[in-house]
Amino acid sequence: MTAVFKHELRLMFTGLTAYVYGAFTLIFIAVYMMYYNLTAGYANFEFALAGASFAFIITIPILTMRIIAEEKKQKTDQLLYSLPISTVQIVVGKFFAVVLAAVVPVLIAAAYPLVLSNYGNLYLPTSYGAMFGYVMTAAALIAMGIFISSITESQPMAAGICFAVMVVNYYMVTLAEYATSSAYGSLVALVVIEVIIAFLIRHMTRNDILAEGFGFAAAAVTIGLYFYHSEWFEGLFPEILKNLSVYERFYEFVDGIFDYTHVIYFISVIVFFLFLTVQSLEKRRYN
Amino acid sequence: MIEVKNLTKYYGSHKAVDNISFSIKDGTVCGFLGPNGAGKSTTMNIMTGCLSATEGSVTISGFDIFDHPIEAKRMIGYLPEQPPLYYEETPREYLRFVAEAKKIPGGKIWDEIERVMKETQITEVADRLIKNLSKGYKQRVGIAQTLLGSPKVIILDEPTVGLDPIQVVEIRDLIKSLGRKHTVILSSHILSEVQNMCDEILIISKGKLIAYDTAENLEKMFLPRSAIEMLTDAGKEEAEAVLAAIEGIDEVKYSREENGLLKIRIETVPDKVPDIMRVLSLRFAEVKRAVLKMDIAKANLEEIFIELTNSDEPDKNTAGSPEGPAGVISQEVLEEKAEEPEKEKPASDGEEEKE
Repeated sequence: MTAVFKHELRLMFTGLTAYVYGAFTLIFIAVYMMYYNLTAGYANFEFALAGASFAFIITIPILTMRIIAEEKKQKTDQLLYSLPISTVQIVVGKFFAVVLAAVVPVLIAAAYPLVLSNYGNLYLPTSYGAMFGYVMTAAALIAMGIFISSITESQPMAAGICFAVMVVNYYMVTLAEYATSSAYGSLVALVVIEVIIAFLIRHMTRNDILAEGFGFAAAAVTIGLYFYHSEWFEGLFPEILKNLSVYERFYEFVDGIFDYTHVIYFISVIVFFLFLTVQSLEKRRYN
Repeated sequence: MIEVKNLTKYYGSHKAVDNISFSIKDGTVCGFLGPNGAGKSTTMNIMTGCLSATEGSVTISGFDIFDHPIEAKRMIGYLPEQPPLYYEETPREYLRFVAEAKKIPGGKIWDEIERVMKETQITEVADRLIKNLSKGYKQRVGIAQTLLGSPKVIILDEPTVGLDPIQVVEIRDLIKSLGRKHTVILSSHILSEVQNMCDEILIISKGKLIAYDTAENLEKMFLPRSAIEMLTDAGKEEAEAVLAAIEGIDEVKYSREENGLLKIRIETVPDKVPDIMRVLSLRFAEVKRAVLKMDIAKANLEEIFIELTNSDEPDKNTAGSPEGPAGVISQEVLEEKAEEPEKEKPASDGEEEKE
């Protein structure tokens, strides 16, 4: 694992990836800090971080697109498979390397609240709490990005899909407000999502029976529940979106709430997507 | 010791490897031979743990590649068909990563890297980016990677494909030298290459193992009798008369070469070949006929290979040996012969006459 970690880190820092990511992140944090703290005069560095989190839409695809897609394209994944290391070690090693690359600019930004506190009454715990939330959010999104990179051989494709996923993530709460809150609307939305998941399962496992089984079972249960008790579906879909949103948890950190359940949520998201990545890599052996 | 048992691999409904079993002793250089798409790479990928098998088992020095992948993989150095190189790195950085992944202790890593770089002769390009190296060097870096940690088994998939003739010779010499210390398995669709480098040969076609033996045995197996091939300027009747007086000849085939010379193929048992050859040259000289060429026709692997891989074609020994050298001078001889069949020509008393 350490070998993969060190290697991946070296690749990111000898190439441009880590620097482009760092530059983008620092520019966004700086711009929002100027806007909120210097111009508007808020004594809350966390607002700058909240604003800068928008940059993930661009920076996460930059950081993660290459990670596995390029290995597949250059056929270096065959080397990884033939080395005496497990797929879990490969994925975890890569993940930590990317997270470390993402942490470096935050370490630089960690000096900002200290600088700002010289000129105003900054409450440092919320600033650094929000910074912790910022890193956890980045880590969760990175896990998603790595998974997306593992399902394709093409870097642009990985970047494109990752960008779309990041946009959906970012606007999920806003979308949730616009999303229909009627029971029937929630039902339709859920069934559509279940069908999409079934297609994803089919793409990943090439197992029609499993995919169709899942799709029909999930849709049947959902529709059954709807007819059994349709009130449950009132406003359900927006609620689900809100609960799934990575950003929504981050904003709680920004609001000064340090909730351990949020930390566990982030860790769960990371483990879930890394698990999917391992499966996606293993699948190549069992095609 | 590598043991492969009942290995089968399906890609969807396509059977890429069909119930292959074999075992390779330590210290042999073994060649996988087969046309493109025969299942060589698939078999190698399964043996190295890069691919799962639908059925069957692979054991490397007692470790099953599916049950104990980490231990088994530690015994193997694998070079896939396309060398798995990170183009943005230098060979030294690349080898460092592989050495670390192979868990070579920190203190020994650089010595080990120096050793394999020396062995594969890439020391002078060690600090250039891999993407700027020639294909031959890239291949060497790929081979260097397999040698790190001195694994017992080195598996090379088509190691000489795409190289220029000089590089091919260099890589072949390198592989031969590896054969002294490791068990080497390589694949190729080039017969001469396998014949030249390997102790044992596995012939695979359409996913099936059709032959597995030493190169000499394979030749012997398909050639229980030996044949002498000769070219002469004698007429067919003359030749028949000469041959009738020689003992030990089982079968004779005559054919006309393009240049008008008579080609005779004489089948006999291997023990009698030298005697018959001697007598032939003397007898032809007695009747004042030149023997322009005389050779022992060995079945080469090419013939065996074609025969084995096209099982629908039953006849064997179809490929005639190319008769190049006589071509230029014989045109003259041919014309002379056509005009004056009985004209005496000076023929030497030597065993073989060459002009």
